[in-house]
Formats: sequence, structure tokens, C-alpha cells
Amino acid sequence: MFTQLLAQHFVHTALWAGAVVAVVSGVIGVFVVTRGMSFAVHAISELGFTGAAGALVVGLDPVIGVLGGSLLVGLVLGLLSLRGRERDSAIGAVLAFGLGIGVLFLSLYQGYATEATNLLFGSIVGVSDAQLRTLAIVGAIVLAGVAVLYRPLLFSSVDPEIAAARGVPLRALSVGIFLLLALTTAEAIQVVGVLLVLTLVITPAAAAQHLTRRPGVALLLSVAIALVSTEGGILLSLVKPWPTSFFITTISFTAYLGARAYGIGLKPRLRPAGATGRGLRGAGA
Amino acid sequence: MSVVAVEDLALRFGTRTLFEGLSFELRAGELLAVLGPNGTGKTSLIRIMLGLLTPSAGRVAIEGCPPRERCHRIGYVPQQRVFDRDLPLRGRDLVRLGLDGHRWGFGRLGEGDGERVDAALEEVGATGYADAPVGLLSGGEQQRLRVAQAIVADPVLILADEPLLSLDLAHQRDVVDLLDGRRRAAGTPVVFVTHDINPVLRSVDRVLYLAPDGWAIGTPDEVLTSETLSDLYETEVDVLRVRGRVIVVGTPDDQHVHHVGDEHTQ
Repeated sequence: MFTQLLAQHFVHTALWAGAVVAVVSGVIGVFVVTRGMSFAVHAISELGFTGAAGALVVGLDPVIGVLGGSLLVGLVLGLLSLRGRERDSAIGAVLAFGLGIGVLFLSLYQGYATEATNLLFGSIVGVSDAQLRTLAIVGAIVLAGVAVLYRPLLFSSVDPEIAAARGVPLRALSVGIFLLLALTTAEAIQVVGVLLVLTLVITPAAAAQHLTRRPGVALLLSVAIALVSTEGGILLSLVKPWPTSFFITTISFTAYLGARAYGIGLKPRLRPAGATGRGLRGAGA
Repeated sequence: MSVVAVEDLALRFGTRTLFEGLSFELRAGELLAVLGPNGTGKTSLIRIMLGLLTPSAGRVAIEGCPPRERCHRIGYVPQQRVFDRDLPLRGRDLVRLGLDGHRWGFGRLGEGDGERVDAALEEVGATGYADAPVGLLSGGEQQRLRVAQAIVADPVLILADEPLLSLDLAHQRDVVDLLDGRRRAAGTPVVFVTHDINPVLRSVDRVLYLAPDGWAIGTPDEVLTSETLSDLYETEVDVLRVRGRVIVVGTPDDQHVHHVGDEHTQ
């Protein structure tokens, strides 16, 4: 049964789609986690849902709606480039209103409810060849964008004040990362659905943070965890007919727990004994 | 030859004037402390010199070039701000950002850049923890790394904005000694914003005192006197010298008195 399924074309398409989305999510996730943008990911994906519901109402491809909704919210949040609590509350307000509109669109939509369920929880096995092509193109755009922005993005994520002093355009970078995030989210929605985007964009990167102290390695580990989760989830759903998204979230969460446990053991070893050196401990400290 | 020329500089926000007619020059190897109470434009002056803020009048030239054009590398050491404990970034990576953090792409190290990072780490005595995650280092260690990041690209000028805040006295002394050593060895002038002159008193060449209604510049002995400060504040201010420390009493904000009190309780 499993081997028969593995030979199916739609399974291959699903595996490829999963791979594209995993790579892109793993890469962007590193910056999302470093910059503390997890809540923004949630908002962008939920409004991607509103966009999709809107597209269904007017008879467009929901993928276009997802892209439109996420990009619009990404652009607004990027331009605001807010920090801390102000950002959280602004996102919360926008998110709630957007979902309200989404509910309206859904009630206006006369079609099949499965379309909406798929948006919320994902439908990786339903990906067509044409959709896979779109996923690959959008994924390539995101990766190219990250490649260009990588160094200043790292600088401004770590130390915005010094980066600004060195001429790094903070606001432009903020818009850039939010737009790339919006594209990534729109991709991930098609695999794991609106409600589970975080499992690919946040969890792998958060796990990777606990496994290494090197920025480049963190990026690779994040991609690896996202890939194992997605592909593993798709394969498991062939063995046992439970939702793919359930398996994906379970694998990525297991990786996260494992990484945290490993991190607890790792920290004391990373902090070299007597690192202060040279007898510099403050007299009064 | 002067590295920095500040000419008739003024800064106003709405109807409020922070300073005006500010003029001074900085020679190679000079260490200037910028003192004064909160809200007199100390940080704004740094931001103008970094090209991040446009003055209301006047101009600044760094080796003949306006700061906005970024012709020359400027080292910047801000207040200590704690890094997240989870941040996947080593001390070495932080210093390297001082070389290529502003370049697009993945950032390639040029020839000799690896050695420059090592040399900067060595210069601030951070070699021993260069490979540890920055989030696990102490405030003093993090601040040393920031100094290394500021000097790694061999800047023509170093601007330090309250770099000693929330450091204990021993680490304050370390950071001052590092900047002092740098300007003596490499001739890099240093502008050092601080609300307490005492940690830098031994090293400082001149003091720029920004008061709410005026400013004064000169050697510590010229500026930090009861006469000069009483003039600046237009009220009676006493400057006391106690065991090599300067204590200012009687400014309207009384900030210095409080600060000295805080230090004694530490």
C-alpha cells in the first residue's frame, strides 16, 4: 500500500511542494525568531486566509487571495516598523479586524466548505503541477531576496542601533523582511494551512537556536528540521490516513523539545570557564 | 590637523533650542568628553556626527566630508544593551559585523579580514571568549566586544554614547582604558558622552559641557569650575574636588548629586 502510493504522481508533487516550502520557511524563520516577529507571522497567515476567502467569493484562485492578503499586511507592518508592545497590540488589532472580514467572506461564499477547511488546515496532497511551479518561483524569489539582504538583515536584527549608525537602512530592511515573510507565509499556507504556518516558520528556527551558536549553522539546521518535518509528515500520512498537518506539527514539535533539552546541556559548555579573564571581575560586583 | 570640524552648529526641536553656535575642532588622538544633564542634546550631537540627524544650522565635517556621505568609517559604541540569551551569535561574529555588516549579500571576508577580527579581539582582551555565544557573556564582556566591533575597521573617529552605563566600576575603567589605548596607539580621536566625568577624568583632554542655556568647552580644569558652571546654569553651582573626583553640587536638576550618592551605595 505504502509503496503503491509512493509511485503516485500526486505524492511526488506533494513531496516536492513540501520541500520547497520547508526550505523557504526554514530560512526566513531564523530572522523571524531573531527579530521576535512570531506574532506577525500569525497575523500575516490569518489575513492570508481572509484574502483567500475574499478570492473565493469573487471566483478567483484562492492562492491569489492568500498572496494578496499576506503581502498587504506584510507591507503595512513593515512600514510601521514598530517595536515591542506597541507592535504586539497593533498586530492584535489588525488581526482581529481582518479575521472578522474573513468570516463575512466565508458566509457570503456559496461553494464547498472543504475549500475553507483546506485553507485552515492545509491540503498538501491536492497540489497541482501548476501550483508546484508557482511555489517554486515564489520560493526562488524569497531565497534570492534573503541572499541579497542577509548580512544587513543579520546586523539590524542583532544590533539595530549600531547598524543604523553604519548606514544600514532599517525601515527598508523591515519592509523587505515583512514582504519576504508574507510570500513565505502564502507558500506555507498551501502545505500546512493558515492555523499551522507557525509550525514551519517558527518551530524549526526556534529549535535551531538551541543547537548552535553560529548564525550560518542555525540557518542550515532550521532548514533541515523543516525539511524532515514536512517530508516525514507527508510520508507518515501515506502510512496512516491521519491529516498530514498533524504529522508535520508533531515532528517539528518533537525536534523543538529535543533541541531545548540539548540546549540545556549545551549552555554551560559554551560558556568558557573564567571567560572574564585577566582578573577583571568588578570589585563591587 | 583636525579630524572633526564642528562649525556654528545648532539644534532645535520646535521652539526648544538644545544648543546653538556650537563650534569646536578635534585633533588626531584627542579624547573629548561630552557632559551635561539629560535633554541638552548630548546624544543628538552624536547622531548628527553619525549622519542620522540633520542639524537646524551649521555643519560638521569629518576629514572634510559631511557625515551623511559616509566617506569615512566611524566606530560607534552605544550604551550596553543586553543580548538575548538564545541569540545564535558568537563574539567573533559580532565583531565581524563591524567589517561587513552593512554590505549586501552574504558578506565575504576580504583578504586579511579574518586577521583583523582576531587582532581586534586581542586588542580588547576578548580572545578567550570570542567563540562563546554573546548572550551568555557578562555586560562588561559584551561591551568589550562592542569596542572591538567599533575599532575593527580602523575608523577615523570613535563615538561612544554612555558606554559605561550599567557597568560596575572595574569594567567602566576597562572600557575607558581600551578607548584611551586606541587613541594613543592609532591616533583615533574619541568623543565620549557621559553624565559622570569621573571614570574618564584621567584620560580626557577636553570637556564639552552642554547645559540647558549654553555650552562651554575646554580642559577639565577650565570647564569644571564653580565659575564656569555657575555661568552656564545662571545659578550658584559648586564644583568640588574630593580625592581626585569631581562633584558638582547645586545644578537645578541636581543630577550629579544623586549620581554620586548612587555610586557610594554600590
